[in-house]
Amino acid sequence: MTLRTAGGILAQVLALAAKDLRLEWRNRSRIVAVVLFGVLVLLLFSLAVGPDSRALVEASGGFLVIALLLSTTLGLQESFRLEHADGALEGLRLLPASGAAIFYAKAISVALTLLLLGPVLAPVAMILYIGEVALGGLAQLIGLWLLAALGLAAPGVLYAGMTSRLRSQDVLLPLLLYPLEVPVLLSLVKAFGLVLRGDPMEQMGSWVTILLVFVGVYWLLCGILFEYVLEEGT
Amino acid sequence: MLKRALKRLWPGIFGFSGLLMLLVGSTLALSWAPPERHMGDVSRIFSIHVPVAQNALLVLLFAFCFAIASLWTGRRRWDAATTAAVEVGVVLTLLLLPTGMLWARPTWGVWWTWDVRLTTSLIGLILFATVLALRSFVEDEGRRATWTAVTTIVAFVDVPLIYFCVRWWRSLHQVQSSPETVDAMMVLPYRINAFGVLFLAIYLIALRSRLEMRRLAGEEVAPPPRLASSTAL
Repeated sequence: MTLRTAGGILAQVLALAAKDLRLEWRNRSRIVAVVLFGVLVLLLFSLAVGPDSRALVEASGGFLVIALLLSTTLGLQESFRLEHADGALEGLRLLPASGAAIFYAKAISVALTLLLLGPVLAPVAMILYIGEVALGGLAQLIGLWLLAALGLAAPGVLYAGMTSRLRSQDVLLPLLLYPLEVPVLLSLVKAFGLVLRGDPMEQMGSWVTILLVFVGVYWLLCGILFEYVLEEGT
Repeated sequence: MLKRALKRLWPGIFGFSGLLMLLVGSTLALSWAPPERHMGDVSRIFSIHVPVAQNALLVLLFAFCFAIASLWTGRRRWDAATTAAVEVGVVLTLLLLPTGMLWARPTWGVWWTWDVRLTTSLIGLILFATVLALRSFVEDEGRRATWTAVTTIVAFVDVPLIYFCVRWWRSLHQVQSSPETVDAMMVLPYRINAFGVLFLAIYLIALRSRLEMRRLAGEEVAPPPRLASSTAL
């Protein structure tokens, strides 16, 4: 690939991502609904466990990640519903933009939207489960949230692109996405726990490595495969 | 003539040989091989658990290769082969989990633990089962073939993880054994069973692949006009 074509693809990705983000901004009520859904899930978990504060602190990382995962599913479904509303995706296919460019643009916009969930969900989880907003390890939390957003976005966009036209999308997307995201889920739960409760054994590095490898592998693989998914008509 | 007969019969030859080898291997493992020094007779289950586990990963590797061929060529035969290999891989993974649990209960004291090998194997099973679930939801043949191949390739990322996880992380599950460290009388039944399961898997993939080809060909034939309903209208 020459430098010129690489630059061209980058320009396509940026233009398409800007388009997606503009659409997200114009439909702010949808983002608000996804955020509210995440908060509701956190609240339901605390109600389900009851007033046992020790159990809540122990499981806080897990609850936060599950809330993020469920919100992601909702956000992805809504995002692709919009693409099909007026045949927007078919229109994009008529442009000289590669499938990879469309994929990376969508994945970047989804990841940025998921990043927005962090400043709301994390403090709410801390208040509900721990009783205070702990600002220690804030940089680590932001870094982990970024990796979580990236890890959820790439496979999420690939599978949402596949299932968005099917009548059973609501069933299929979680069915395909959740088992794939187990390594992200496990690593995040452990890493969040280490940030919140301390890391005397210095285990953080191994969990972050898993997240980085997952993100690297799936951003590359899904980018290649999305072209085939588009060819068959999403 | 002979070539045509061989083409028709080779899966059956593999299937029969596989069954025979499994019968011989299992008999040797149960009656001829010595019991392990610490685990005793419980260790005899290795002669079926390990071959099933290794062949499950091998068959999923076949599925991955078939999926790439299906995406690359767009031919129906590769789609049928991918589906068949995923199905057989799922069946073998379903078998490896209970055989492992039967061994884990007397040695580890539990049927199941969230060990990294067990967890990645379970994830693998679910990932490939969802590939089959996805197929049943898609009606268009081209789209179904592409999506089957895509999801198979994505799911395959878990397979190297299943194999190498015991080396990369501290695990309750032991690392892969070498035949040099195992008694020759234990290795022989295991080897016979390993080839037995492989031959049986090849037979099942070939059979299931042919069946899928026929099913796909059947989908092309338009359904007969419903005379009764049209006259009623």
